[in-house]
Amino acid sequence: MATTTAPPSVINAKLNGQDIQTKPGTLLINLTKELGIEVPAFCYYEGFSLQAACRMCLVQVNNSPKLLPGCTTIVTEGMVIETESPLVVEARKSMLEFLLVNHPLDCPVCDKGGECELQDMVFKYGAGESRFVDIKHHEPERPFSPVVYYDPARCILCYRCVRVCDEGYGVNALGVVNRGVLSEIAPNLGDQLNCDECGACIDICPVGALTSHTYRYKTRPWEMKHVGTTCAHCSNGCKTTLGVRNDEIMRANNRDASGLNEEFLCIKGRFGFDFNHHAERLQSPLMRVDGELQPVSWSKALAAVASKFNAVKSAGGKFGVVGSNHTSNEENYYLQKFARQGLGTNHLDHARTGDVVTLVDALSGKNGKLAVMADLYQTKAALVIGSDLAQQHPLLAYELRRNFRHHQARVYAMTPGPVREDSYAVAKARVPFGEELAALESWREALAKEPELLILFGDSIKGDAVRRLVDFGESLGIPVKYVALVDYANSRGAIDMGLVPELLPGYAASGQPGMTLPEMLADPKLDVLWVVGADPLAGAKLAGKPFVVVQDLFLTATAAAADVVFPAASAYEKKGTVTNVTGELQRLNAAVKTMGTKPDLEILGLLGKEMGLDLGIWIADAVLEEIRRNVRGYNVTMPILASGGAALTSPVNGRVNVASRPELIRSAGDTLFTSGTLTKYSQVLNSVPERPGQLYKPV
Amino acid sequence: MFNQPSPHEVKILTRRFGVENSFRIDVSLAHQGYEGLKKAIAMGADAVINEVKASALRGRGGAGFPTGMKWSFIPRTSPKPKYIVCNADESEPGTCKDRLLIQNDPHSLIEGIAIAGFTMNSNKGYIYVRGEYRYLISILETAIAEAYQHNFLGKNIQGTGWDFDLHVHSGAGAYECGEESALLNSLEGKRGTPRLKPPFPATHGLYQSPTLLNNVESFCAVTHIIRDGAAEFAKHGPEKSGGTRLMCISGHVQRPGVYELPLSTTLPFLINEVAGGLRPGRTLKAVQPGGSSSPILLPEECNVGLDFDSLAKAGTMAGSGGIVVLDDTADIVSYALRIIRFYQHESCGWCIPCREGTTWLKKILERLDRGEGSMKDVDLVGELAKNMFGRTFCALGDAAAWPTGSIVKKFRGEFETKLATYQAREISAELVTIG
Repeated sequence: MATTTAPPSVINAKLNGQDIQTKPGTLLINLTKELGIEVPAFCYYEGFSLQAACRMCLVQVNNSPKLLPGCTTIVTEGMVIETESPLVVEARKSMLEFLLVNHPLDCPVCDKGGECELQDMVFKYGAGESRFVDIKHHEPERPFSPVVYYDPARCILCYRCVRVCDEGYGVNALGVVNRGVLSEIAPNLGDQLNCDECGACIDICPVGALTSHTYRYKTRPWEMKHVGTTCAHCSNGCKTTLGVRNDEIMRANNRDASGLNEEFLCIKGRFGFDFNHHAERLQSPLMRVDGELQPVSWSKALAAVASKFNAVKSAGGKFGVVGSNHTSNEENYYLQKFARQGLGTNHLDHARTGDVVTLVDALSGKNGKLAVMADLYQTKAALVIGSDLAQQHPLLAYELRRNFRHHQARVYAMTPGPVREDSYAVAKARVPFGEELAALESWREALAKEPELLILFGDSIKGDAVRRLVDFGESLGIPVKYVALVDYANSRGAIDMGLVPELLPGYAASGQPGMTLPEMLADPKLDVLWVVGADPLAGAKLAGKPFVVVQDLFLTATAAAADVVFPAASAYEKKGTVTNVTGELQRLNAAVKTMGTKPDLEILGLLGKEMGLDLGIWIADAVLEEIRRNVRGYNVTMPILASGGAALTSPVNGRVNVASRPELIRSAGDTLFTSGTLTKYSQVLNSVPERPGQLYKPV
Repeated sequence: MFNQPSPHEVKILTRRFGVENSFRIDVSLAHQGYEGLKKAIAMGADAVINEVKASALRGRGGAGFPTGMKWSFIPRTSPKPKYIVCNADESEPGTCKDRLLIQNDPHSLIEGIAIAGFTMNSNKGYIYVRGEYRYLISILETAIAEAYQHNFLGKNIQGTGWDFDLHVHSGAGAYECGEESALLNSLEGKRGTPRLKPPFPATHGLYQSPTLLNNVESFCAVTHIIRDGAAEFAKHGPEKSGGTRLMCISGHVQRPGVYELPLSTTLPFLINEVAGGLRPGRTLKAVQPGGSSSPILLPEECNVGLDFDSLAKAGTMAGSGGIVVLDDTADIVSYALRIIRFYQHESCGWCIPCREGTTWLKKILERLDRGEGSMKDVDLVGELAKNMFGRTFCALGDAAAWPTGSIVKKFRGEFETKLATYQAREISAELVTIG
């Protein structure tokens, strides 16, 4: 037999007496995971650097008495691996015994009790009794920030928090101080954190060493029900799992790593749910009586609005309808249907935050050009234009960074100021808004050499600039995908559902004239202004004296000026779907209920019924069915959506044939610590010292 | 100098010790200083490596890895910068030889590092000096400045076109930073915790570049090996442990000190002839032959050679060359506690078994040293040492567990006696109180 020098394509080994095969380069601990054999570990965490510090994953290789850590041992040809030999079992037991030497057994009051990895491992692999009879080393717990608390005594020093902060988020706010048994995790300012306040360190902690200020000592994990839904804040659409007890959201995390964000969440996703319980939530419809907003019953408020709407409609009056960046697709679809079919008006708009319309038009006839979230992690090269990604689109930034760490993705950053991507970008340029296209030419040669490119652009590229950017991209001669960055949880869905005068759902030209949002406010002859989940009168004035109807969570500036206000349910209180910045459709699930509120969809339905209109039933699932039938790109597979994952909306092709009104497109420029109107009502976002933050902040 | 030299010494590395101003370059040059470097340049890199291999020099830091083989592992043609790092973080209890070499003959160290630099095609070297050896830094810096003046360091050294810079870097007082990868982390400005191996420093060392890392004594030995030839050095030791070694003998001997002896020396000869034997009327209780990390030897096990292989065969190790002798007055329980206290204090905290194991062992041994506790605790010490051994991230955990385990195994009787004496005393005291 001739010998070959080519590396083997498969490795043969023996695991617990079974012959197995695996790919070359497989870590032993991953091999066992694939085969469903548990090799316990604390410090090993997929995706982050290897530590081999906890020594829990020691296994026996080739019958050697010296055990090897499974997390750093690569399976080689002919290897004989034992994961349950008496020596391995005894080593695990002794390692847990060592861990419990200084670990306080305060499990009955520890937040982590019940979902603690140390508890689970001691239960499964540990000794029944302790041989340690001396005094434990103890340090008192202390706050690192308004959201992160640290209990050094519970810390087992697995360094997961240090790695997720440094490697994962690029913040590097946690480190280790002191040595030996006195070693502990320390924040970057010595006694406190200056960071993203994302709380990733809390969730990744296998024990109760890092705890959340908003959750600590409040409940036991098993007392909560867990509701997976989509974060209500930015456009990235992270899945967040809400822990709910007694109709109150206790915490949010995504420990099961489901959803397109896996474990990623930022401060808004993990802590920013508290607006939901704010004392100023509206809990009763309000109606202006004698110049004052007074609480009234739902039936009275609905009747008043319906009769006003019917009167204006029959008189041929002017309606102005304003939709939201936060309401669900079903609500947006139903609202535009209500306006166009029910009220017969095309004066329909929302606050536009990114030029998706022109992008879709410019990419007409080209398939596979709209990027999805997975592309951020897989693309070989990416170009970021005019966005402080780590602040405005934290998940996109995280995925891009992860891509760089795992696949050495080449990132180009063209921004008006310093951004976090600079630290690993192959090229960075400081270019003021509006001058990016000219500046891009100097990168043409370099970009054309990339095997593929993902272009992300903010609101400085709009209208004709989008077309020219696409021309630039398509002229590089390489596969290019695009993302038009938008602001909020359903900004993309609002455009897709046709909440603009020029477009029907699915980017079909409406062919009807209609007023834009500024035009409505400036029209002295407007009879009705109907605002669903937006606050257009914050910093703007009405030219006329229309009858104003508002559906909102809070008494916003617009609601305060309204004639009738309906208390709406929040995104965490209703079913529906939202579409994220990369066009992925995801579920909203009702986790809690605030007494007195109704979801916007129900308010629309009841109002339509009161007016005697036939707009179809107002159940979210039924409206989604209609959307799937009628809206281009939304015919997604239900099983994926139903399982809580993201479904892919296929790119919409075909000329849009409308001008996108670039003058109306403006991003709110939210930082990591602001979230439009919701910022005001989130105690956590207002409590961290980093607030409100600043985009393009010099390091 | 600590001690009077012994007539049994073979003075190769210590040949300039005792010469007035031996740390000055003119004195060094008058005593064949930098001849080794000139010879190395004339020989060429491959010949230098072969010469080091032929000398059978084994790393003097503690592990005893063949130095020539280590040198041959460095990818000399790598496009990355190559670094030479000298480990002067001498911290092993019982070991005090590197400081004497630096104090008395810094130029032989600089010369050895320069030979390595030339051989590895390196342009930069670092001497990582133990934090507590602060007073050695000025000696080294003066010597380095002199070497620059004489063009043994700097640009175009001796007209070869080869540049080499040498820097001194101070540690901050961590035993762990004597472990090569922790040293590299510390040198890079990071926390002094050990790195995963592989990759080894030879290929991915300082700043992820090929790095040659040797102990002070190893570099000094290279200077003399190249100058006088490998055979001249190798002949002083057994086949696989060439040359002489600076042996640091301390404890209950009449003339403790640092002696340069051939590696063919035996332990009884060292104790009785070189170090003047035990004090009159005392009998030998135990010897720790290779620094505080080495398992302890009973008197009947002491008839052993001091080379690496002989000591390994005896179930202990040559380690860093620190030999601690205990006579019958020594309290072995206190001695075990003293050792574990050191490791508990120096454990870096990176891995669980070392961090928690040393702490727990210290607590139990403190108890036992007070005469409290029970024989169950003695068994526990043995078991914990066994559970730590071979399972820690780096060798520090082994270094703590290995001697502790051996002491409990070999001196169980001493523990029993101590506990029994204490309990008897306690009971009688109690009776007095009640009466």
